[in-house]
Amino acid sequence: MSNAPQPPGTSGSAATPDGDSDLDLTLLEPVEHPPVEDWTTDLDHTISDYAQNAPEIWAELRDECPVAHTDRFGGCWFPARHEDVSSIAHDTENFSSRGIIVNDMGFRGESPVGFAPPITSDPPFHQIARKLLLGPFSPKAVAALEPATRETCRSLIREMLAEAADNDGVVDAATAYSQHIPVRVIARMLGLPETDGEKFRAFIHRILEKPGQVAVTPGETMAAYLEGVILERVDEPRDDLISYLAHADIDGMPLTPDHVFGSIALLLIAGIDTTWSAIGASLWHLAQNPRHHEQLRTQPELWPFAVEEFLRFYAPVTMARVVQEPVQVGQAEMSPGDWVLLPFPSANRDPEAFEDAETFVIDRQKNRHAAFGLGIHRCVGSNLARMELRVALQEWVAAIEAFELADEDPEAVRWATGQVRGPRELPVRILGATPPQPTTQPTGA
Amino acid sequence: MRIEYDRDACQGHNRCYLLAPEVFDVDDEGYAVLRITGEIPSELEEKAKLAVDNCPEYAITVVQ
Repeated sequence: MSNAPQPPGTSGSAATPDGDSDLDLTLLEPVEHPPVEDWTTDLDHTISDYAQNAPEIWAELRDECPVAHTDRFGGCWFPARHEDVSSIAHDTENFSSRGIIVNDMGFRGESPVGFAPPITSDPPFHQIARKLLLGPFSPKAVAALEPATRETCRSLIREMLAEAADNDGVVDAATAYSQHIPVRVIARMLGLPETDGEKFRAFIHRILEKPGQVAVTPGETMAAYLEGVILERVDEPRDDLISYLAHADIDGMPLTPDHVFGSIALLLIAGIDTTWSAIGASLWHLAQNPRHHEQLRTQPELWPFAVEEFLRFYAPVTMARVVQEPVQVGQAEMSPGDWVLLPFPSANRDPEAFEDAETFVIDRQKNRHAAFGLGIHRCVGSNLARMELRVALQEWVAAIEAFELADEDPEAVRWATGQVRGPRELPVRILGATPPQPTTQPTGA
Repeated sequence: MRIEYDRDACQGHNRCYLLAPEVFDVDDEGYAVLRITGEIPSELEEKAKLAVDNCPEYAITVVQ
């Protein structure tokens, strides 16, 4: 009998649209999401009204209703303050990660492994699954990826400036620049074609932005896409992360097929629109704050602080947990099975935790931000994301001397719904730029 | 001034390593390693304090 793992389609656990499935399929009849009238009693993070106004909603909740609730999604809590977000993130006894994406399908995985280890895993399995990924995403491993990332950014900027030149200087910085950077970086790490970016974005839209709300056929699922790739790497390993996971072991035992698939799905899904959102939101900020743009062009010593302040102020990711035991948080009495959103972006703007919390301070010296989470589930890709954000912004400000929002109204920018928030369309007008030179000879590869 | 580092509290955010690489190294899994266990040289005190002030898990403390 072969020790090699089989892809998920052959393991008897392929996605089915019932409560035991994964998030890759949709409800046959999508649930209605009517407009919200009161965020304290009926919060819905999957509608555009939330995405467009989130910072104001968070501020209102922190002041007036620190642990909000909605009956949507089968019952979901929203603790808005840093103190509660932190205590829940650190309490893995009462709050399980078996469900991390609040959805209409009622889908929660099984503790302690979950459907996408380690992000969906609980102790003690969590640490075992996490250990497999820490090496490839450590700061020193990530540093080796910086030159190629920089070249990717330069080449995108050259293409983008050519496009802008034909369009009165106007270009969409989200679709022409920020979205491609993480797609190319993670595709290279996983060993997937960079040209499959459209497919990756379709998976992400369906799974993260509108969980369970978009129709899909089984052939279009992420499981169907990854199944063939994993089989290939099982037979013919290459120097990539899919091959590494397909042949990894835990104490000499091969990973289960579901574990291999789940971890790869996690790396594909979690690394893309999160980073895309952070880059896009930072560019949105710079477009409206030319003084900060100029400071970054002339004071390179600001970068270590500025990157962390972008992460604090525009943290894209809200995670979720499932209540395991009856537990009280503030005035809220939570019951087993309830969803709890962990809005790290709201925690990051809590005046109890940060001085001048609602002000972007480019050289903030005390910044214990929670953009990458708190507790044992700290984002495993945080070093990669931080490097991509820094390089993307450094290359942008080096090439673009001045730019502004193409539409004067900042609210015209469309922010993504769901648990990852960032601008999905960001039309800007380039007011002055010098196209970057290639640092290496094009290889044509 | 000395620095105390709590390996159990550290979750590998690597903020200390980025801000004060003279004081903190990082292992192959991304957890911090204290490079200076004794007295922090005065020229590195500011950097060490910066690392303390930016640790999301309060895993680093200053001991006078």
